Amino acid sequence: MKKLITFTVNDIEYEVAVAPNRTLTQVLRDDLNLLGTKEGCGVGDCGACTVIMDGKPVNSCLVLAVQAGGSTIKTIEGVASGDSLHPVQETFVEMGAIQCGFCTPGMILSATSLLEKNPHPTEQEVRQALSGNLCRCTGYQKIVEAVQEASRRMKG
Amino acid sequence: MKAYNVINTRLPRVDARAKATGDARYAADLSMPGMLCGAMLQSPLAHAKILNIDTSAAKRLPGVRDVVTWKEAGLVRYGVSPARYDEQVFCSDKVRYVGDEVASVAAIDLETAMEAVSLIKVDYEELPAFLDIQSATAEGAIAIHEDFPGNVSAEVHQEFGNFEEALKECAIVRTDTFTNKRQDGGFLEPQACLAQYDLNGNLTLWSSTQSVHYVQRSVAMVLGIPVGKVRVVKPYVGGGFGPKAAVNAMEIAACLMSRRTGKPVKMVFSREQVFLHSRARHQFTHELTTGVKKDGTIFALRNVCHLDGGAYSSFGIATIYYAGSLLGAPYKLPNMKYDGYRIYTNKPTCGAQRGHGGVAARAGWEQQLDAIAAELNMDPVEFRLKNMMRTGDVTCNDFNMSSLGMKECLEGVRDGSNWGAKKGKLPKGKGIGVACGFFVSGAGYPIYRSETFHSTATIRLTEDGGAVNLYTAAAEIGQGSDTILGQIAAEALGVSLDDVRVHSGDTDFGVDLGAYSSRQTLMSGHAVKMAAEDAKRKVLEALSEQLKVPVEDMDIAGGVVVFKKDKPDFSRLRTMYIKEHRGWEDQPSGAELTFREAARVAFITRGVIIGNGAYKPGELGGKYKGAAVGTSPAYGCSAQVVEVTVDEETGKVTIDAMTDAHDCGFAINRTNVEGQMQGSLSMGLGEALFEEVRFDAKGRILNASLGEYRIPTMLDMPNVKTIIIESDEPNGPFGAKEVGEGAIMPTIPAILNAIYDAVGVRINELPITSERLFAAMKEKQKK
Repeated sequence: MKKLITFTVNDIEYEVAVAPNRTLTQVLRDDLNLLGTKEGCGVGDCGACTVIMDGKPVNSCLVLAVQAGGSTIKTIEGVASGDSLHPVQETFVEMGAIQCGFCTPGMILSATSLLEKNPHPTEQEVRQALSGNLCRCTGYQKIVEAVQEASRRMKG
Repeated sequence: MKAYNVINTRLPRVDARAKATGDARYAADLSMPGMLCGAMLQSPLAHAKILNIDTSAAKRLPGVRDVVTWKEAGLVRYGVSPARYDEQVFCSDKVRYVGDEVASVAAIDLETAMEAVSLIKVDYEELPAFLDIQSATAEGAIAIHEDFPGNVSAEVHQEFGNFEEALKECAIVRTDTFTNKRQDGGFLEPQACLAQYDLNGNLTLWSSTQSVHYVQRSVAMVLGIPVGKVRVVKPYVGGGFGPKAAVNAMEIAACLMSRRTGKPVKMVFSREQVFLHSRARHQFTHELTTGVKKDGTIFALRNVCHLDGGAYSSFGIATIYYAGSLLGAPYKLPNMKYDGYRIYTNKPTCGAQRGHGGVAARAGWEQQLDAIAAELNMDPVEFRLKNMMRTGDVTCNDFNMSSLGMKECLEGVRDGSNWGAKKGKLPKGKGIGVACGFFVSGAGYPIYRSETFHSTATIRLTEDGGAVNLYTAAAEIGQGSDTILGQIAAEALGVSLDDVRVHSGDTDFGVDLGAYSSRQTLMSGHAVKMAAEDAKRKVLEALSEQLKVPVEDMDIAGGVVVFKKDKPDFSRLRTMYIKEHRGWEDQPSGAELTFREAARVAFITRGVIIGNGAYKPGELGGKYKGAAVGTSPAYGCSAQVVEVTVDEETGKVTIDAMTDAHDCGFAINRTNVEGQMQGSLSMGLGEALFEEVRFDAKGRILNASLGEYRIPTMLDMPNVKTIIIESDEPNGPFGAKEVGEGAIMPTIPAILNAIYDAVGVRINELPITSERLFAAMKEKQKK
């Protein structure tokens, strides 16, 4: 039996009928066509499916869509405003923090969420906050540098 | 050095914005109207005869559109090396590992397809499973493949110089046995594909692959479709590192079911299926005997290697050759003997992974060289410098080091890490280690014997001159080839990177063997450079006719035509352009004739301007059997220094600092070069410290997830001091060569050598877990 849920994604309210076993990742991707949310493992190990739910980063593959009813969600598609990239996106682009790009949406959402709570994180705080987002390509260094540079830009 | 506008810069990647905003599309993001979802039935047993397959219940399930087994797929064998085509899309007589493909279903949705898979009934007769080299090669072991009694999938015997004779001149002879563990690729994007067979008999396959060319050939051969009717397209790929270089059964099954149903069929691996498919790093066991003269000259090496290959060959034939040929250099070693054996076992198939074939050998040998340096009382850096090859040297197995900044790399990490102040002077529990390595810059030969070009490229200028379209079948898999090739095109044509649109990863765009053996920058780069130069020449020829200026007196750079002598009056051309584009914004202006105007003149007088390029390596060294694996137009090289802390109470290793120098020839994009270096070191760190695919007694993977199989997180990886060494490679486009794989070579041994420096023990089995290191320290205390 499908259940009707209402939630807000990237400032748009949606009403969706979802089967109770569907994950938030699946509903975002298949029903809302928000394909920027990536599924790397489906069991909460890799962080590629990270979205912001009610202000907190979550692995959307571990959230049942019905649990998301009434919540406010931000996906990677909602990070930039129009043509203008978020400072974290800007620094990821400019500083080589992106290679294959599959971890990037989740990584950027975790980073923006960190900077909202802690606008001036130390390197160790960045590493701690993003340690649930796996990346096999970059060795992480340029990601850490990009988050720190974004923090500096957001200050000014 | 010549000044460049576009290359040797830190321009952002051309795909970065799409990837940062979620716009980039990967294979699992694709869909089509009427699309079916596919699922695969895989063997639950490691080794068994198939007695019967009953698909009737699956076929009856509402929503199922197709169920296929070997009966529908046929028995055409395929693989990587034509001499070892030992795979079928679906097993017919028996299954050879847990995960071997037995059947496939296409249905209206994934749930239905999975349910149908569960309804397929297979009767098996279980056979003894051979899960390691010892059991697979034991007397009386059943052949996993009938054609290979004794379960030896390949063996290699090579000798260069004379090992036995050379040993007589050596003062130190040391033998060590070293082993790594089976690794997983650990890329973030599971393989996925979408196949569409249309009414005209054309097949299009979108797939997460490193080589559209090899997949195209394999699909055409297995399904009996003319190769010209098969198009393979690679959307963005979320990492490959080797395991995505060969065709997989899922790709062929999707194509087959699309042909049978007339509907597009999409299939996606689960993470567990990524582990089952594997095709990643083998487990290598190397017995290494090295002879060194009294003065510290490395003089002789004997290398006996056994590979646990898994159930099929995949890239493993190349692996067993590389496991021998990638030692020796970067040292002047005159005598080298190699015996390699790749053994079939009832486990998932191993194949190529970053640093193909050479990583474990390098780890064992560089650790052994460290031990020998200690016996000689020589500083490990000095010992290596003494034996180092230089530009122009040729190895005993005929690899021509046409450029080699090895000395600069080693001196770079020595000085960059402050080696002199640290080596032997750090407190107990802290250590510093060094190692070197080298790697091919593109395989010298295709996987199948052929006269084919390795890379082609086409440049097509738009009719208004406003954009340059680059078409290549090269595979952007995250390593940055779209950006590098775009930069090369822009530089060679004389425009900016913004003017170039890169279209890649599509067999309709030409031939490119793909992203493996670190070949895209050098080989595809050559083709792209030729294509851009061809287009430029055509533009200048057209311009020459109009302006009566000889072609050789003109050039294009920075988006404008450069007149080497007097600047002619080109006002007629400008007026023409402006009139033709009345009402347009951004009309050409200023004192220089723009590329746009020149390209427009060329279009008006000659039609669409197309530049073509095609590259294959020239004559390469080595006439012996197996010389095709390891010969390359160029070789990258690197050195690393690693600093560690070992907790002597627990055996836990923390990597404190890494200093890495890599000779990539001329760096096309400095940010990308650093990214490849840092990523390589991270993968090496993982293999050194945590990574091991483990099995139970039935051949089932115990840790087929990214939670249980640990790759480095942001907390495990230190910052790397990256030093780019730029030699000028005569065989590379603009002097460029590889960085993507060679950079991983010194990582593991540098860690091993640092651990020895910290606590005085040598670890000969990876990964260096706390337990293993703790036990080794205890053992040492007892002595």
